[in-house]
Amino acid sequence: MMNKRIYMDYSATTPMREEVLEEMMEFMKTEYGNPSSIHSFGRESKNAVDTARDRIAKTMNAKGKEIYFTGGGSESDNWAIKGYAFANKNKGNHIITTKIEHHAVLHTVEYLVKNHGFTATYLDVNAEGLIDLEDLKKAITDETILITIMYANNEIGTIQPIKEIGAIAKENKVAFHTDGVQIYGSGKIDVDELNIDMMSMSAHKLHGPKGIGALYIRPGIRLDNLIHGGAQERKKRAGTENVPGIVGFGKAAELAYEDLEERIEEKIRLRDKMIDGILDNIPYTLLNGHRTHRLPNNTNISFRFIEGESLLLSLDMVGIAASSGSACTSGSLDPSHVLLSLGLTHEVAHGSLRLTIGAYTTEEEVDYVLEQLPPIVERLRQMSPLYEEIQGGN
Amino acid sequence: MYTEIVMDHFTNPRNVGEIKDADGIGQVGNPKCGDIMKMYFKIDENEVITDVKFKTFGCGSAIASSSIATELIKGKTVKEALNVSNKKVVEELGGLPSVKIHCSVLAEQAIKSAIYDYASKHNKHYVELEGFDPAAAEEDHH
Repeated sequence: MMNKRIYMDYSATTPMREEVLEEMMEFMKTEYGNPSSIHSFGRESKNAVDTARDRIAKTMNAKGKEIYFTGGGSESDNWAIKGYAFANKNKGNHIITTKIEHHAVLHTVEYLVKNHGFTATYLDVNAEGLIDLEDLKKAITDETILITIMYANNEIGTIQPIKEIGAIAKENKVAFHTDGVQIYGSGKIDVDELNIDMMSMSAHKLHGPKGIGALYIRPGIRLDNLIHGGAQERKKRAGTENVPGIVGFGKAAELAYEDLEERIEEKIRLRDKMIDGILDNIPYTLLNGHRTHRLPNNTNISFRFIEGESLLLSLDMVGIAASSGSACTSGSLDPSHVLLSLGLTHEVAHGSLRLTIGAYTTEEEVDYVLEQLPPIVERLRQMSPLYEEIQGGN
Repeated sequence: MYTEIVMDHFTNPRNVGEIKDADGIGQVGNPKCGDIMKMYFKIDENEVITDVKFKTFGCGSAIASSSIATELIKGKTVKEALNVSNKKVVEELGGLPSVKIHCSVLAEQAIKSAIYDYASKHNKHYVELEGFDPAAAEEDHH
């Protein structure tokens, strides 16, 4: 029926790069030793793990020993928040976060509040998804031990003023964790300049393998362990290392930070073409998230009078893979908490479409989306009773 | 996740549109939940539904449920249409994912709501509509 397949969902996950897979293969087939073993097989694996750690550290002006491997972004978020809260509960019980965090952060904070006597402040965001720094300052009390605010939002792409947040945290002697899953590999990060104490990362967002992530932890920041057992990861995260995954992550990180500036420029060019192409050619549309403080690859637009899932199904039929903040795609009855936090009505939130481009996205693919989208939107609108009302029907 | 029948009705929905001089109009659901269904009925003096059109704001299964529901009742009597249940809609679609069952409920309610409108305009009474509150169907179908 159709032979074209266009992937516009790079924020969900990315394909692995050939060079990444090649390095990983060696550690599955021939260098399969356990890094904890004393023999040559083990030593080779251990070296590979340390090389990957250094490669990742280098991309963010950190040291290898400050990078701890985990099972992915969600584990990193869980560990940073629970680990820090439990280890520092003698200092206070208050955590500050935002209403638009990923569920790996939000549900973890809610768990601490519900089950372990912590309290939390969930900062509002404005219509573009940015927090107000004054709100943050006002929220800090003597009991505040941790601020956890995402670097860039996975749905709407808004990038928070991380440097300013880091400075406020430092000034108030509160630890600062950021969920960097969406930005890592796509943006320049210096953990010292930004005063980041902990940052979560995930390899599969930057053309690495799935099931491997990392947490950057600044020296002096104390965390309880989440996974107890062996002495791996400097006794902080037990379990035999996922050596091929770690090697793949290291390679993917190294590659992601080569020619970063150029790649960001190209993504922004295509992203802006996509955003303008949609907003200029389809009426009753609005951009979700900030126009410029935005991930270079993110387009998120609400199409009024139609619902996101039917839009996704229609796009899929012409080979375009995208995502939506509609309730129907989440299995819940409410649309995305992020979109509602921007102040969107349910109807507008239900009609959102996220198109995220990546390293392999071509201009032809963007053009194809821009060509396919208008008739699809029009067809669904012709079926919609809400559109009929606006058109002045009965 | 969807059956071929659902995808067929989503891709080529039957009876989309509106009827200007409809004898009964029903609208159920609300934008909060992400589904609104509106049905227009043309009903003759023998209480036969001679024409039916729909408009739906909603996901693929909401559009498919409305489409198949209109097929099930077109040419049928009002009484027969009142006996089309959400289970029948699901069955005719070859099944729906469990989180989408409410779409079929909405289709059943849209039929009832349009007939309720017809009944109140034409001073008719149907036992099947006893206890049916179109306002409630519009407000909360979950």
